[in-house]
Amino acid sequence: MLALAWLLGWASAFAQSAPDSKRSGFDTMSPRIQAMQRDDQQNPGMLWVADGEVLWNKIFGITFSCAHCHGDAKKSMRGVAARYPDWDPIDKKPVDLTQRINLCRTRHQLVLPLPPESEEMLGLEAYVAHQSRGMPMAPSAAKELDAPRERGRQQYEQRIGQLNLSCALCHDKLPGHMLAGATIPQGHVNGYPTYRLEWQGMGSLQRRLRNCLSGVRAEPPPFNSTEMVELELYLAQRSAGLKIETPAVRP
Amino acid sequence: MARTLIHAPTTARKGEVLEIRTLIAHPMETGYRAGADGRTLPRDIIRRFSCRYNGEVVFSADLYPAISANPYLAFNVVADASGSLTFTWEGDNGFAQTESATITVS
Repeated sequence: MLALAWLLGWASAFAQSAPDSKRSGFDTMSPRIQAMQRDDQQNPGMLWVADGEVLWNKIFGITFSCAHCHGDAKKSMRGVAARYPDWDPIDKKPVDLTQRINLCRTRHQLVLPLPPESEEMLGLEAYVAHQSRGMPMAPSAAKELDAPRERGRQQYEQRIGQLNLSCALCHDKLPGHMLAGATIPQGHVNGYPTYRLEWQGMGSLQRRLRNCLSGVRAEPPPFNSTEMVELELYLAQRSAGLKIETPAVRP
Repeated sequence: MARTLIHAPTTARKGEVLEIRTLIAHPMETGYRAGADGRTLPRDIIRRFSCRYNGEVVFSADLYPAISANPYLAFNVVADASGSLTFTWEGDNGFAQTESATITVS
């Protein structure tokens, strides 16, 4: 009886702790960096958002601006970043927000795709994702995404690199502990593109992932590779429910 | 054209202490780092910031290579008279940027 009561208590404690055990990297930052992110006049990421707004209304090539089709991004793009990566029915593959913007460029605007990590791409992506700030991450429920998401999870748990570490070893098992002078975060993806003080600039989630991968001395997959998008898919699922912070500031 | 974010109140009471916050996009390249090809990247920093209130310098700062990219500067001014605040950033390679804000003092 006692054991049953203990079990029940343990089970309910677990059930309660599960939803709020997800903690954004924001919570483990120093108060100064938190203040930097909170204040839009201090947050350097807002420079890219402002850039993105200009690009949103700029006519590319000879035909359309983003605004021609999508109108006011504040309305049309609200909630979009919360859902991505999503399934692309034409190419029949999952695409992240960067790739979606580039697909729009090549299919509709008929201009060249923007290179990964270019200032223009980061600006546009930041502007689009910023419209969902404060909304909870709600990954797409498309059935086609189940298999790639599962492959992403396997990648996440796979030991790799000369250090023979997996993402899960640090970010699932040891968050809150220290890695040299830095607190290991849970590794949530609710603030990308992110202004990182270490980079002195803005960067996408893929840049961050490549950073971590070369940190464990593994060979990072190229930008926009299938592996990258599958990992992003799983990470978005893992961060589901957390509020979007784009543009987040991280140490 | 560099991008700036400026927070300055548009109205104030005479004698009020106002906080002005400025942020400018700039790489602040130190001149000590090596580029991808191994050669030292030339220095490219903002060297001086100044704020003029109706033409008179009310705040200025010298900037050095140790200051981070996209420098953020916050300072206080006393609301004296209606007019304009002019912000100037000057730096290497002929970098110059001027922004202004108007303020009404009652």
